Amino acid sequence: MDLRYTPEEIAFRDELRRFFRTEIPAEIRRKVSEGRKLAREDYITCQRILHAKGLSAPNWPVEWGGQDWSPVQRYIFTEEIQACAVPQPLSFNINMVGPVIATFGSEAQKKRFLPPTATLDIWWAQGFSEPGAGSDLASLKTSARREGDHFIVNGQKTWTTLGQYADWIFCLVRTDPAAKKQQGISFLLIDLKTPGITIRPIITIDGGHEVNEVFFDEVKVPAENLVGELNKGWDYAKFLLSNERIGIARIGLTKERLARVKRLAQETPAGEGTVWDDPDFRRRLAWSEIELKALEITQMRVVAAQRTKAADKPDPSSSILKIKGSELQQQATQLLVEVAGPYALPRPDRDEEGLNLPSVGPEWADAAAPLFFNFRKVSIYGGSNEIQRNIIAKAFLGL
Amino acid sequence: MDFDLTDEQRLLAESVNRFVSDRYGDFEKRKACRAEPAGYSAANWRAMAEMGLLGLPLSEEQGGFNGGPVETMLVMEAIGRGLVVEPFLATVVLGLGLLRRTETDPDLLARVAAGELTLAFAHQERQARHDLHDVATAARRNGGAWLLDGAKGVVLNGDSAGMLLVSARISGSRRDREGIGLFLLDPAGQGVTRRGYATQDGLRAAEVVLESARANLLAENALPLIELVADEAIAALCAEAVGAMDALRQMTVDYLKTRQQFGRPIGDFQVLQHRAADMLVASEQARSMTMYAAMMVQETDAAARSTALSAAKALVSRLADGLGKEAVQLHGGIGMTEEYRAGHYFKRLAMLGVLFGDVDHHLRRVVAAGGLPE
Repeated sequence: MDLRYTPEEIAFRDELRRFFRTEIPAEIRRKVSEGRKLAREDYITCQRILHAKGLSAPNWPVEWGGQDWSPVQRYIFTEEIQACAVPQPLSFNINMVGPVIATFGSEAQKKRFLPPTATLDIWWAQGFSEPGAGSDLASLKTSARREGDHFIVNGQKTWTTLGQYADWIFCLVRTDPAAKKQQGISFLLIDLKTPGITIRPIITIDGGHEVNEVFFDEVKVPAENLVGELNKGWDYAKFLLSNERIGIARIGLTKERLARVKRLAQETPAGEGTVWDDPDFRRRLAWSEIELKALEITQMRVVAAQRTKAADKPDPSSSILKIKGSELQQQATQLLVEVAGPYALPRPDRDEEGLNLPSVGPEWADAAAPLFFNFRKVSIYGGSNEIQRNIIAKAFLGL
Repeated sequence: MDFDLTDEQRLLAESVNRFVSDRYGDFEKRKACRAEPAGYSAANWRAMAEMGLLGLPLSEEQGGFNGGPVETMLVMEAIGRGLVVEPFLATVVLGLGLLRRTETDPDLLARVAAGELTLAFAHQERQARHDLHDVATAARRNGGAWLLDGAKGVVLNGDSAGMLLVSARISGSRRDREGIGLFLLDPAGQGVTRRGYATQDGLRAAEVVLESARANLLAENALPLIELVADEAIAALCAEAVGAMDALRQMTVDYLKTRQQFGRPIGDFQVLQHRAADMLVASEQARSMTMYAAMMVQETDAAARSTALSAAKALVSRLADGLGKEAVQLHGGIGMTEEYRAGHYFKRLAMLGVLFGDVDHHLRRVVAAGGLPE
């Protein structure tokens, strides 16, 4: 047992670190570090820089531009891209629809969709949640009825993240209304320019426009856009969600955020010293750091086990990573609000990137409270932490 | 990065786990062990010697196993799972940890490995609380010998140990880091008074009073060594906690499946399911932090090592405390009874929390260091 990286793994990490720090524009990395909103162009710029280096879709099959990496190398990539405050390859494209098409799609679909999916020439949105189907996703109602060479789609999707930027959406739709819940669902690719689709913004408590509602009214989708078999969509969705395991805890990101909290605490005046001199604050920060270290080792254990473990064996690890990882992400954002102190309050008018014009207190303090508000989402999305506890209790503890 | 055990380590874990389930699977057997004069089973101790456990950290030339922190972790986890009462921590982790680095007489080490000689580390003093450098016990030279005066408290297995390792001040004032010596003392000799007692978690300890007690000097300026061995003990205690947490969590989940109320197993209730799930999260986090402790205890930079071990002790203690209390609560009344095993895990986990520094003490050290080492 040796928890340290081998010299080869260190060299791999250092090369990635050098690449991220020198090739990704500093301004974009600064936005990520400060938790500010990225423009559509920022994502595309980064994705293309990664693509030119062969890093746009490392988890895909090699023939479609993936990397033949070990689990440890994949883990290092995810950690390092987060720790360097580089926007990760867009999850909807790279972790979600890409692997589904590569695994279950037809040859024609692979040829048509995978190359532009890797480069963000197609920006994908995720069409899973509905107003009546959140944690209970399988109760979704959006329907697709077959008419000749087309499906006709009706219904509503919601919480569609960055849908305002998207070109296409991958949807779970009900294709057999008579079948029981999980059966009768299919996986359909829909061009968002198709007539009958309306996208409406949802403004979240941080004042940001990140999520949307998507309405489908008699939308005509070519039958060739069905992925895999009819009524097997639930299996593909489960496959897609299981790909989320590594990186779900976002340990690299939280590490970077805690380091920033520390730095800013040392710079922020408080009475005769700085915030850093407050032992109560330091204790809270120390707890976050300590818990993060434990979670980092937990994540490494999961990565190491991937080499040997059967994929279908019940494994509570992704749920543990989700629960603790989301809690720590939230703690980091709250600690920054504490550092900002009274200057967490001002909320002047914003430009389109969400930056205050001009700042009232220190510039970084403007984003502190909105980020804290926004990050309440991380224990809700991706299977709420309560759902994760259900999974642990049922699938692993046998309760 | 590699989490695999070597073949030797796997065999070690298997044999220790088998030993623990044979000798401690039936909870009545633990009571019988505790009823023996030393507070543990002489037969079990012999068996542990035969398995090579009592020479675990000794080099092969010293007749040992050449075991490091991972081997200690595997043994201590099994000890935690079984609520084992034999003095492995006192004799092997603490005693041999100090003695093998200072004693030149190979015969003494061999006797420990053979199970003929047990050890205890008499270091704690009442005023020191958790500060390892706070030593008032005085050592003075008298001709060729050293004489010790002072009082040591809560010496783990100090009542039955064949030899005591004692810290005493050779020079300087009570809280100086310099001038603390390490001595080997025969407790049967003149000037040594021992008052043995049971501890709350079913083990044994002693108060030791030294009045011009003769001792042999093992090391001058021994504080760095004492700090290293205390860190090794912390890594070991973390592993013991993980074993106990794992076993207690499994017991609790089994209980939720079998205990019927309102016409169904209480594990059907979601409020209890979620608490059981949180117990799993806690025990897995504790396991990860224990691995971190086993790795970092080998760190050559003593400051980084100490900070890391403090972080491990703080988190594992906090998680162990939470899990132990939850387990008693989820068991209900049966968890309160002396005859049932769950309450004994809870008590051991609670007492582990105060050994070698409590949560506040270790958190303060992490804070003082400015956070975890890189």
